[in-house]
Amino acid sequence: MKSIVVQNIVKRYGRKKETVEALRGVSFEVEQGVIFGLIGPDGAGKTSLFRILTTLLLPDGGNARVDGLDTVKDFKAIRKRVGYMPGKFSLYPDLSVEENLAFFATIFNTTIQQNYSLVKGIYEQIAPFKNRKAGKLSGGMKQKLALCCALIHRPSVLFLDEPTTGVDAVSRKEFWDMLKDLKKEGISILASTPYMDEASLCDRIALIQEGKILSTDTPSGVIAAFGKPLLAVKSPRMLHLLNTLRSFDTVEDAYPFGEYHHVVMKREGDEKALEARLREKEKEATIMPAAPHIEDCFMALMKNGYGQ
Amino acid sequence: MDNDNIITVDKLTKRFGDFTAVDAISFDVKRGEIFGFLGANGAGKTTAMRMLCGLSLPTEGRATVAGFDVYRQNERIKRNIGYMSQRFSLYEDLTVKENIRFYAGIYGKSDAFIKERTAAALQQLRLEKEADKLVRSLPLGWKQKLAFTVAITHEPEIVFLDEPTGGVDPIARREFWNMIYQAAESGITVFVTTHYMDEAEYCNRALIMVDGRVEALDTPAALKQTFHAASMDEVFLTLARKAKRSE
Repeated sequence: MKSIVVQNIVKRYGRKKETVEALRGVSFEVEQGVIFGLIGPDGAGKTSLFRILTTLLLPDGGNARVDGLDTVKDFKAIRKRVGYMPGKFSLYPDLSVEENLAFFATIFNTTIQQNYSLVKGIYEQIAPFKNRKAGKLSGGMKQKLALCCALIHRPSVLFLDEPTTGVDAVSRKEFWDMLKDLKKEGISILASTPYMDEASLCDRIALIQEGKILSTDTPSGVIAAFGKPLLAVKSPRMLHLLNTLRSFDTVEDAYPFGEYHHVVMKREGDEKALEARLREKEKEATIMPAAPHIEDCFMALMKNGYGQ
Repeated sequence: MDNDNIITVDKLTKRFGDFTAVDAISFDVKRGEIFGFLGANGAGKTTAMRMLCGLSLPTEGRATVAGFDVYRQNERIKRNIGYMSQRFSLYEDLTVKENIRFYAGIYGKSDAFIKERTAAALQQLRLEKEADKLVRSLPLGWKQKLAFTVAITHEPEIVFLDEPTGGVDPIARREFWNMIYQAAESGITVFVTTHYMDEAEYCNRALIMVDGRVEALDTPAALKQTFHAASMDEVFLTLARKAKRSE
């Protein structure tokens, strides 16, 4: 059975005149026991989709199933078996760490002891502060407590809405390691993120922009579909180099990419000629073939929509 | 005042009770450079930045920003810098035009100046049609670009950007950096924090804070060489993993 099935979901906000279409026919499926990443910038519709899937919001079109249950008809049953960590910190700030966890266990008719093995690895990291009020915790500790509270009833599907936003690179890596351990317990995970570099940590990903899915595949599948030659170029004068690159007619796109500029060629076979022409203008330029990153794919899809 | 350095910091320290958030940091920021200020959550970045913006008094050490002393002339610092944060920068229930006018107005600019700069800003951002729309209705990428424009409308010598590109799509993120380059070329010094390590590569120099101290400061190329790393992401992870304290 698929853990999540989303079929042509539409969500609109506002009155007739000023309607915003947050989700414009979104479809994808999540297999059991995988980490599925929903990757896109703020305003792409990620949170609306999470709220529909966790039965907190009604869609205006389409339908969705979680654990085989319909998100509209079977909302009560779904609520018992999903874990949801919203983007905003939503625990009780004036309850202690331990009281928050006990509270969530109680409303799901269970106890901390019963499912402790599932959260042990994460809870032990915040246990030294178990008597501290949740509102007084640091960002990283709040995040860990929220994850424990979302897990304490041993859900079959876990929804994490931007769990790593605003978190530094080291803590982000640690968080994804925790998710890998949860996956081993057979829990399916849908996590959203605006950080493109987190795509490689997921089993499958969907790229989302302005309420539409641009592509759904494995991270390596998305990259393989890029389909155009990509070069990495640098020189001492980067801003000048960018304008030079953009002036070549064999170049489809050129943009900064970390230390280099990435150059997307219109078609295969023009790379050598480009290198020769570039050397005439920029003697010190370094030029080499590059492997596309998820971010290259995302930008190409935003501009051309090759995956729709 | 030192003409080449717009910021000078010497053993600057901030303690909260027995906790030393910023521990005797020293560095200079050169006039006109794009200066990256990096560190894990809890490394002391925000505390250091608040002192440099004149919002928080240091416990010890010295610092000047745009020639003004952080202890005695903090009000003058505030008037001579630009500041933009990811969380709060614009009034959502004011229009695009009203936001520009409001910010330039509180920095004491004349009506003629505001009128001229508003027209120039709207044209540069290609927001002429949206001039009378509420900021709330703009897409995030536009808001961020507008916020940056507003932060430098009063022509400060230096602008502080606190995670300006969080959550923005990759195309808008690059357009934003294009604006940063243009500002730097026009002579404005840019002091920027970010969680995106590819953006650290775009800085002229980057400083990495760990546990309240300056762990490294150099050009991205030199940092990569020193730490035998292929990217700034690797440099950052190597240094930030040494951290003993979390937030």
